[in-house]
Amino acid sequence: MRLKKAVSVTLMAVMSLSLLAGCGSEGQQGSKEGGSDGAVFKIGGIGPATGSAAVYGEAVKNGAELAVKEINEAGGINGVQIEFNYQDDENDAEKAVNAYNTLKDWDMQMLLGTVTSGPCVAVGEVAQEDNMFMLTPSGTAVECVKYDNAFRVCFSDPMQGLESAKYIGENHLATKVAAIYDSSDVYSTGIYQAFAEEAENQNLEIVAAEAFTGESKSDFSVQLQKAKDAGAELVFLPFYYSEASLVLKQAAGMSYSPIFFGCDGMDGILAVEGFDANLANDLIFLSPFTPTSDDEMIQKFVGDFESAYGGTPNQFAADAYDGIYAIKAALEEANATPDMSASDICEAMKTAMTAIEIDGVTAKGLKWEASGEPSKEPMVVKIADGNYAVVE
Amino acid sequence: MINMKKINKTTRSNLTTYAMILVMFLVMQTLVSTGNVSSLLQGLLVPLCAYIILAVSLNLTVGILGELSLGHAGFMCVGAFSSAFFSKCMADVIPVAGVRYFFALCIGAAAAGLCGVLVGIPVLRLKGDYLAIVTLAFGEIIKNVMNILFIGKDSAGFHFSTKDSRSLGLLEDGEVIINGPQGITGTPKDSTFLIGVILIFVTLFIVLNLIHSRSGRAIMSIRDNRIAAESVGINITKYKLMAFSISAALAGVAGVTYAHNLANLTAQPKNFGYNMSIMILVFVVLGGIGNIRGSVIAAVILTLLPELLRGLSDYRMLIYAVVLIAMMLFNWSPKAIEWREKHMARFKRNNKKEA
Amino acid sequence: MSFISYLINGISLGSVYAIIALGYTMVYGIAKMLNFAHGDVIMIGAYVVMAAMTGMGLHPAVAIILAAVFCTVLGIVIESVAYRPLLNAASSLAVLITAIGVSYLLQNIALLVFGANTISFPKALSLPAISLADGALTITGEAIVTIVSCIVIMVVLNVFIHESKAGQAMLAVSEDKGAAQLMGINVNGTIALTFAIGSALAAFAGVLLCSAYPTLTPYTGAMPGIKAFVAAVFGGIGSIPGALIGGLLLGIIEIFGKAYISSQMADAIVFGVLILILLVKPTGILGKNIQEKV
Repeated sequence: MRLKKAVSVTLMAVMSLSLLAGCGSEGQQGSKEGGSDGAVFKIGGIGPATGSAAVYGEAVKNGAELAVKEINEAGGINGVQIEFNYQDDENDAEKAVNAYNTLKDWDMQMLLGTVTSGPCVAVGEVAQEDNMFMLTPSGTAVECVKYDNAFRVCFSDPMQGLESAKYIGENHLATKVAAIYDSSDVYSTGIYQAFAEEAENQNLEIVAAEAFTGESKSDFSVQLQKAKDAGAELVFLPFYYSEASLVLKQAAGMSYSPIFFGCDGMDGILAVEGFDANLANDLIFLSPFTPTSDDEMIQKFVGDFESAYGGTPNQFAADAYDGIYAIKAALEEANATPDMSASDICEAMKTAMTAIEIDGVTAKGLKWEASGEPSKEPMVVKIADGNYAVVE
Repeated sequence: MINMKKINKTTRSNLTTYAMILVMFLVMQTLVSTGNVSSLLQGLLVPLCAYIILAVSLNLTVGILGELSLGHAGFMCVGAFSSAFFSKCMADVIPVAGVRYFFALCIGAAAAGLCGVLVGIPVLRLKGDYLAIVTLAFGEIIKNVMNILFIGKDSAGFHFSTKDSRSLGLLEDGEVIINGPQGITGTPKDSTFLIGVILIFVTLFIVLNLIHSRSGRAIMSIRDNRIAAESVGINITKYKLMAFSISAALAGVAGVTYAHNLANLTAQPKNFGYNMSIMILVFVVLGGIGNIRGSVIAAVILTLLPELLRGLSDYRMLIYAVVLIAMMLFNWSPKAIEWREKHMARFKRNNKKEA
Repeated sequence: MSFISYLINGISLGSVYAIIALGYTMVYGIAKMLNFAHGDVIMIGAYVVMAAMTGMGLHPAVAIILAAVFCTVLGIVIESVAYRPLLNAASSLAVLITAIGVSYLLQNIALLVFGANTISFPKALSLPAISLADGALTITGEAIVTIVSCIVIMVVLNVFIHESKAGQAMLAVSEDKGAAQLMGINVNGTIALTFAIGSALAAFAGVLLCSAYPTLTPYTGAMPGIKAFVAAVFGGIGSIPGALIGGLLLGIIEIFGKAYISSQMADAIVFGVLILILLVKPTGILGKNIQEKV
């Protein structure tokens, strides 16, 4: 019994000490790199690397790393190299704050993150206290950019819901609409609520509003059957492509073929390994990014991404890629140097972000408002013959 | 000087537990005030307190009452949401954080304790894995309900809905407080390390005193032999319910600490699902069933471990799982215990020789 | 008409739960432990089938057999390394926690080996859908295969346990370990055999689960695993027909709850009904009521 106690107490002591020591040694390292050489900009990244949202975090990580590599090879930001450190948050608010603190110990100067909305709000609060600049590639909830130090690359939830309903109404795609959404997810309900609100203005009748939860997202037969019975001509799917691929497959299985309409989370559906692309034909969704666009920049991005990581990049990767370039542009605009403290950089970036205009892969002439929202128009993408095609 | 030998064994053991927490607190507090602590550890202090309280409170159910509960996160969820709701509503009315936090704490503990009673009355007649599954079911129900609950406040009072925030029909000045899966955003950050440690002391005081009281002995007699306990006139339902609801209320306290540490509170599988309940159970079992001090240590180790493994990047959770399995085998396997005792004996012998 | 369609969906979902629940219930009956890693063995099985079919281009039947063999070996390894040292531990909870550790381990191995990407599971079973009543009612091929294989596996397993010598040994071990040992039964061997069968079943369950709901990620097994555990308790844990009834009931309640009450409350309804049933029948639907001896 004694040995066990000894072991457990030693273990605890060693762990606490290593946390302290870890801080000490890294602090020294940081001062060496940041102080005497002033060599690098330290950008932190936070997102899920494990857990069921890991697939989105991985895309962001890859997109950001690609951009960092390109920038470093091209000579860095004003001749200064970037170091990028990506930490796992398991899609949990508390773990995200831990990841943020880990990055702070690493002397992070600005943050690209977090990937998912819930953790983003929690980290936003802490980052505001520290006056740390943060740019979320894909945190769509309204509160993600509540403070003036926070910006985002993606569209907000209400904006997507509103634009979707508007597009459906103005193009007379349908009058009877059904919506299936994830009632346990911030992103999905956020869009659905805005959609339902605008649908009224557009004279769309929501004949069925069915939910599923993170715990039961393998069977959509009931939701589809209800939409079918209610005579919905269009089914709105405000969630990610992983689940959507299943919805489309099950709809085909019960020979129900309304118009399916999604939002930016739908991008990437054609990259699902083994997915029969024909099932997705005529699927319409709003997206900032299409990998098949003729645009030279996008082609280069897609090509480089494919050769580096295998697989087509989706909008998560594209948003992260643009995010890093936006940070670069803002740092150049602000004439920031790597020896500045995180808070000083943040102050400079607050104004610099509203002054820059970049041509990214998710939009041309991408600009930011002081509120943190990007000014870009969503593209309407329709899948035809197993390929994304932009609808003019 | 008090002669330590004269104090009886349980009191000494209890004092050791308190002293351990106190030393940990003083060391951390000194390090924090001299600025020698990494941001990571500093950020982890309050969650650590919450997890210690959770582990100790679950040990009351699992170790002392001897019933398996897989719904502890559900009680934590109730405590977290009820108190965060209160704090958000009262943020302007009661500006003093301490007072507000005290009331929030009472509300969180009371709500969770009440749930403990409500669940406990029908459920505690089940045994073993059936009780486990019912508590798991309860936890999942709570999480599901929190995800579809919309509550708003305007000049006309409170509005409820289970559909969406639009159907609340709020007036112009209205504010959505609980917004379905988006939960409660903007809970005042009232939890501090000091409060957390005080709460650990309160929890330990309640649990340790309960264990060594007349009621505690009654509860343990039910665990060891229910029929024998009943035959000597112990009111089984009363004592079971007592232990279960106290355990639930303390989980509620941990929930309050948790909720007032993060800016937004959402009921996700990660934080209030069965995964979390199981995680708390892991603390209890790894630390030793019925061993309160063990729970504290296990909670600290297992909360720090994944953070320390961050350097391994992709292999982090893999190594975490391996370490967990290895620790379980080391702590519980009869063969490992035998091996440990043998080596311990040799160690002692060597010590004697040298002396 | 939609009622029948819901019913069929419910039975189909329930059959998947039932097959997974079988693995839980068999292991519980004999080793008295909840194998929380069972859902993750299912996930591994599905990945093996997927890799064998798309990576090596094997015929689905061969791929499934390969997966069954792989999972059997995996099950035996897990049992001997992580569970057996703890089967005589002071508390039965120790092995439960280790099982959770194994569950995390399998998920993270899959994450490292196969990545986090969602994979659309290849068509391992191809049967045309049946269309009835002018297309108003469609029964998918997968649903038919799932239901039929569920029944076949149940029957075969029941015959095996009650007729074969090894099956009899399992029954004996589940009744009384000590007495079984005295009768010359190899208790450890029997427990290992149970794990082997349970894991082989997991491979089949994986194929059926991913054929009916064709997305595969490292976390695919976790939630069905928990639901199946609930189903096993529902039906009376340790009882093979109980697993079937529990699984089917759970599937039907889940679908009907979503269809007729509220899709937002689906989880709450399923678990609420479970609590009610357990309050009326505290040892599950087919669970034995063990008389306490004084």
